[in-house]
This record gives sequence, C-alpha cells and structure tokens, in this order.
Amino acid sequence: MKAAPTLPLGTWLHVFVRLFAVQGSYNYETMIGNGIAFAAEPAFRLLPGGRDGDAYHAAMARHSRYFNAHPYLAALAVGALVRAELDGEAGERVERFRTACCGPLGAAGDRLVWAGWLPFCSALALLAYGLGASAAGVLLTFVGTYNVAHVALRAWGLRAGYREGLKVASALGSPVLRTGPLHVARALAIVAGVALPLVLLRVRAGHPTPIGFELGLAALLAVALARWQARTDGWRVGVILLLLFFIYSVVR
Amino acid sequence: MMEPGTLVVLTGLGAVVGLDFVSFPQAMLSRPLVAATLAGAVCGNVTAGLLAGVLLECFALETMPFGASRYPEWGPASVAAGAVAAVPGADAELTARMLPFAVLAGLLGAMAGGQTLVWLRQFNLKVAARYRDELAAGDAAAVTSVQWTGLVIDFGRAGAVTALFLVVLLPLRDALLDGLNVGGHAASLTVVGVLAVGVGAGAIWKVVHSARGYEWYLAAGVALGSAAAVLL
Repeated sequence: MKAAPTLPLGTWLHVFVRLFAVQGSYNYETMIGNGIAFAAEPAFRLLPGGRDGDAYHAAMARHSRYFNAHPYLAALAVGALVRAELDGEAGERVERFRTACCGPLGAAGDRLVWAGWLPFCSALALLAYGLGASAAGVLLTFVGTYNVAHVALRAWGLRAGYREGLKVASALGSPVLRTGPLHVARALAIVAGVALPLVLLRVRAGHPTPIGFELGLAALLAVALARWQARTDGWRVGVILLLLFFIYSVVR
Repeated sequence: MMEPGTLVVLTGLGAVVGLDFVSFPQAMLSRPLVAATLAGAVCGNVTAGLLAGVLLECFALETMPFGASRYPEWGPASVAAGAVAAVPGADAELTARMLPFAVLAGLLGAMAGGQTLVWLRQFNLKVAARYRDELAAGDAAAVTSVQWTGLVIDFGRAGAVTALFLVVLLPLRDALLDGLNVGGHAASLTVVGVLAVGVGAGAIWKVVHSARGYEWYLAAGVALGSAAAVLL
C-alpha cells in the first residue's frame, strides 16, 4: 500500500469541523449520506481538476447517497473515503466499501458510545452530585469527561481512516472498539450502582426519616422494570405514576 | 410571569441544546443534566435547575439515540423543566413541591419534542428530494444547501418548541403554586426521587446485564452506595 498523500492542515481542520455536523440533514432515505459528502468536500477539492473536475463531481455524487453509521465513527469512513478518492480507486470499489462499512461502524459506535460512554459519563456526573458537588462541578464532570473522548474518537477515526484507506477494517479491531465497551460497561455498572442511592440521599436532603424505605422502593421499581423490559419503558411508567401523583395532588 | 428578556434567553438556550442533540455538535449539551441546570441558572435558581436536571437525567439513562429509532428529545424539554423548577423567590420547600410538576413537564415535553424530530427528518427528506438531480450530478452547492437548511431548520424548530413549552408551562406553574400540597415537600421529593432512581437503576441493568457477570458489578455498586447513603 502506498503512503497516504499529505493533506494540508487547513483541509484537515475543515473536514474535522464539518464532521461535527455530519447529521445536519439527517433523513429517512439517505440518512447521513449528504453529511458525509459535506464533511469530505474540502478534501475532494484536491482531486485532479479541482472543483471543476470530473473526479470532484463524481466523488460528490457518490458520497451524497445513502450512508448510515454512528455519527462519531463516521469519521473513520470519511477518512477512508477521502483517501480512496485521492488514491484514484475505482468508483465501484468505493461504492462496495461504503455499503460494507455502514453496519460495523453503526454497531461499534452504538455499543461504545450510546450504550457505554454516554451512560457512564451520566453516572459519573450523578455520582459527583450525590457526593455534594456544586452545579458547576457536576456540569464540568459530565461535559468535560464526555467530550474528551468524543472529540478524541472523531479525531482518531479521521486519522485512522485516512491512513488505512479501504483497508480500514483493521482499525475496527482496535482495542478501543473491541474491548473498550466491556470495560466501560463494567465501570458503568459500578459507578451507577454507587451513584443512584447517593442521588436519592441528596435529593431528599433534610428529610427526617431514614432513607432505607425509599431505597427499597426504588430497588423494587428497578427490579420490576428490569423484568418487564420487553413490555414497557421505565420512563413511560414514570410518566404515568407522576401523572397520577400530580392529579391526586391537584384534586385532593 | 417571567420577564421577556429571560424568555428570549431560555428560547435561545433551547435552540442551542436542541441543535446539539442530533445535528451539531452532539456534545451532549442537550442532556437534562446540562440543559435544565443552565435554564435554572438563567432563571436565577441554579439549585432548582440542577435538581430537575439530575432527576430527568435518571429517566434519560433509559433512552439512547440509536440510529433512526424514535426517542424522546431531552434538550428543549429540559430547559422548560429547569425553568419551571426555578420558581422566582422560592424557598427549598416550595421548590420541592413544584419538582414533580417540573419533572413531569420535562418527560411529556421530551415525548412531544421527539415527534418534532420525526417531522424534521421528513422535512429534510423533502429538501433533499428537491435537489435530487443536482445531488446526483455531484453539485457541491446542492450538498451545502441541503446541509445548511437542515441545520437552520433544526435550530429554529428547537427554539420554537422551547418557546411553546415555556409559554404553556410557566403560567400553568404559577396557577398551581398554591395548589400542590400533598404531604408537603417531603412527599414530593420521595415520589419523584424514588421514581427517578428506580427508573435509572432499571435502565443501567438493561445496559449491563447482557454481559455475563456484570449484574454483580451493579449489585456491588448498589450495595456500596446504599450503605453509604444509610450511614451518611
């Protein structure tokens, strides 16, 4: 595999910033396809003939079609697609790659970010709250911790994708994506387990009665929701119970 | 009633966090913990906003934005919930009595906001369809137009949704201020706290139970946290 052509720093930054808006025109037909073309466009200007060249228009047309992946890991695809286009890969090969990488990038990102890192950072911030942190402390814990990994994941994806080109499947074997979700889930279980009782303690601060009864009720509710998980969502149950309490409060 | 300037700032905040949720930059400013706390700060009661945000965050643990699935939109709803919780001049007891209403408003608002996201995606599809020929020809201006239209409409949508929530909920809150009095503030905190923590714990179990043995990590954490809560 030949070495990747060097991209100007300005082009890198341009593509990187646009990646944050990759879902800006999300729709049920092309999903984030238009966003992929939008993000990669600054790099396509380097294709032979520039903005007026056939290669540029062919690339833009190809990449504004259907594409779906986790928005953060879409960076990996954008990096690989830019490299493929600049290497002059055949259009059919690029199309096949686009089709093949949607599923793995979606599944890996959902597992690592939506089902792992995001709830972990929420739990960490809830723990900070439960331990008595100020509003600024809670917010900084959440936003800071979450976005360090968020920005790093997008930057890594773009670099790794560009470095590997259409052979980017090897990057999907990276320890971060392979075993990372398991480590994050383990940390999430422990941190959330510690945080939630402490949240209840701080929410009811100043309450004169012991907290044990309320912890028991919360545990019962959690067990019931876990058992009924296929039938209903916990937050919907919460809406109904809160509504009943609210109506009782008003009519009493 | 709230000053117009505060309403404008809250609407702007709702627009920003609504845009953040899906379109740009997905930095999770839209999470209830952030949006409700900031709304409370704008209204001069950051503690009430944080309290509403923490409780809504527990509910939000269950709803992750997987792909094209339909999910609640927390940003604008959390801004409204934070503003509802931050009753001007309220003491801790009044804030506590208003909390179930604020959280309920946040949950219902999130459901309604989620529906507007579906409409946004349908609208985006119409915009893309209008440019179909240009996109097929690789016209960069069309790609940029479709992208910017989606971003601007999402920003406007989130601002409008937030303004609607505020206009409906704040007068309702003011009308209810003297009426919600079941068991005083202690019952309110107990009900809303137990519900939020119970739903949050159930949500975490759903996430971790698929990995063998991980439920024991959760059980150990709960045991540790409960012991600390009882002893503190």
